[in-house]
Amino acid sequence: MSGRLFLRRIMPQLIILAIVLGLNLIVFPDFFKIEFQNGRLFGNLIDVLKRGAPTALLCIGMTLVIATKGIDLSVGAVMAIAGATAASLVVDGHHWVTALAGALAVGALCGLWNGFLVAVLRIQPIVATLVLMVAGRGIAQLITEGTILTFLNPGLIHLGAGTVLGMPTPILIWVLLGALVTLAVRKTALGMLIEAIGVNETSSRLAGINSRVLLLCVYVVSGIGAAIAGVIVAADIQGADANNAGLWLELDAILAVVIGGNSLLGGRFSIVASLLGAMIIQSVNSVILLSGMPPEFNLVIKAILILAILVIQSPKVGHLIYIIRASAPPPKVNPATQAKETTQ
Amino acid sequence: MIRSTHLPLLVTLATFVLAYALCASQYPAMLSMRVIANLLTDNAFLGIVAVGMTFVILSGGIDLSVGSVIAFTGVFLAVILRDTSIHPLVAFVVVLIITTAFGAAMGAAIHYLEMPAFIVTLAGMFLARGAAYVLSTDSVPITHEFYDTLQSMYWKSESGGRFRLIGGIMILTFLVGIITAHRTRFGQNVYALGGGAMTARLMGVPVASTTIGIYAISGGLAGLSGIVFSLYTSAGYSLATVGVELDAIAAVVIGGTLLTGGYGFVAGTFFGILIMGLIQTYIVFDGTLSSWWTKIVIGGLLFAFILLQKGLTWVTTARKKAVTGFATLS
Repeated sequence: MSGRLFLRRIMPQLIILAIVLGLNLIVFPDFFKIEFQNGRLFGNLIDVLKRGAPTALLCIGMTLVIATKGIDLSVGAVMAIAGATAASLVVDGHHWVTALAGALAVGALCGLWNGFLVAVLRIQPIVATLVLMVAGRGIAQLITEGTILTFLNPGLIHLGAGTVLGMPTPILIWVLLGALVTLAVRKTALGMLIEAIGVNETSSRLAGINSRVLLLCVYVVSGIGAAIAGVIVAADIQGADANNAGLWLELDAILAVVIGGNSLLGGRFSIVASLLGAMIIQSVNSVILLSGMPPEFNLVIKAILILAILVIQSPKVGHLIYIIRASAPPPKVNPATQAKETTQ
Repeated sequence: MIRSTHLPLLVTLATFVLAYALCASQYPAMLSMRVIANLLTDNAFLGIVAVGMTFVILSGGIDLSVGSVIAFTGVFLAVILRDTSIHPLVAFVVVLIITTAFGAAMGAAIHYLEMPAFIVTLAGMFLARGAAYVLSTDSVPITHEFYDTLQSMYWKSESGGRFRLIGGIMILTFLVGIITAHRTRFGQNVYALGGGAMTARLMGVPVASTTIGIYAISGGLAGLSGIVFSLYTSAGYSLATVGVELDAIAAVVIGGTLLTGGYGFVAGTFFGILIMGLIQTYIVFDGTLSSWWTKIVIGGLLFAFILLQKGLTWVTTARKKAVTGFATLS
């Protein structure tokens, strides 16, 4: 995608983000102020970027999954499992690198399970990932033995609450993963192949795409993203809460992908737009928080956001707009220029 | 003759009987009327909402909003009974109208905007939960003598089991659901829609009114379930019944209904509910097992039933292919 086309693709998301950030500025004039204190950056904008990290990490994998016409409902539960794994490993005295590797491996395994159900057993994605969504929190509680497993390992805590060169680590992690995955799918043909599966799996298979392996990979990426998000959330509160870690975040991640203008019916996707979507959601949360509105309105506003997007994305409405445009009187053209145009 | 479409229902029945026999052989007390009566009482609200979910899934859709609608109903009733002097029966009617209209609106959005049911009902889920929060974030107790009257209505069996009103409402809902699904034009339309929307349209099924009707039923039953839940807990709490939609979906699938739509029985859902209730009762009886095993076992059962359905679909498509001679394709 050329630069101009790319800009056009993400323009709606950028405009919405600008509007929401503008609202933030209205309710809180110091919103854009960023300070550098005690070797780290402080400010509301940094806060939005940091708090949006779990949703951003989830929506990277979710974008790919949705591009294949799938959905991954299990990411919230996978977050809980990964957080519990990392916490129990460091509590048992392992190094934090081992704990992180363990959590990532568990996340990949969860993704592999989902991918296996979808790609090999050919179960509808919404149903296949429902199994892990229901059982996942039980498994996480099994790991933590029903308690909130707290830990004091500085290495692991650094992943959620620390900074690198003044920048909070979670921000660096999601930006890095987003860039990595975007490069991987856009600098190779992978992205196009994924889109092909989403548009029509049978014909993509007949065209020689190994859809089975690709589907497996897509769900594994989603699982790994969820595992990183789970570790960050656990590290941030220095404990693994099997019941509440990542609760309903799968819905936020799906919402971020939809706000990013990606169709739930598969095909064309943009990870950058999804990440912008995640930031829009977080900025909306921030407006509600800063304006002193009761946080109860958060869900209502989210619902209105979804409804608005649904109406915009709806094929029927698109058709209607097309008809209105087509039936509008043609713009008056100077006969002279018209003649010029025809000769060109 | 056993038809392959009946097999999931039979497997559900067999699973229930086998599980109950295993439980009873370990804890003979589980056979008592008291346990059976509690099984019905404790799962009443879930059963009612699962009937609506069965219709939705039979039509090939999904309704994620029901848990939030139950919570909204509870809070709405609690707040109205606290702040006004309206009789509960009137409040019941009002809330049922609201929830049915809410479901119908979602059905209309799904049909006319041509959007996936999943995302439309997700918006509905946020909206209903948000509305409940806006009404009250605290747990509001319900103290009204009419509630006491309703709660004290039960039929006591000789061995001490109390069959309460709400269990009766659930069974009645199932009976009406079974008749609607198998003995009315609307029920046939639901099955036709689940078999394929395009085919149904060509057959002359009124797709718009059927879709709207299905989600209206689901919303209305979620409202009824909310009323039952408020009778069960005597309170309205906006954080209650989070994730009930998942339990309801699980019960429908364990009950043998195909998640792709078109195949299944409302009666199967009843046994799905009983199986899930049985797991919880067993864990209570055992005493050493932790509550999280419920989730893991339900997840496992869900997986087993999905596999069973998949196997059956394979068998039937393979048979069709063999008949039409297209086995070499794909």
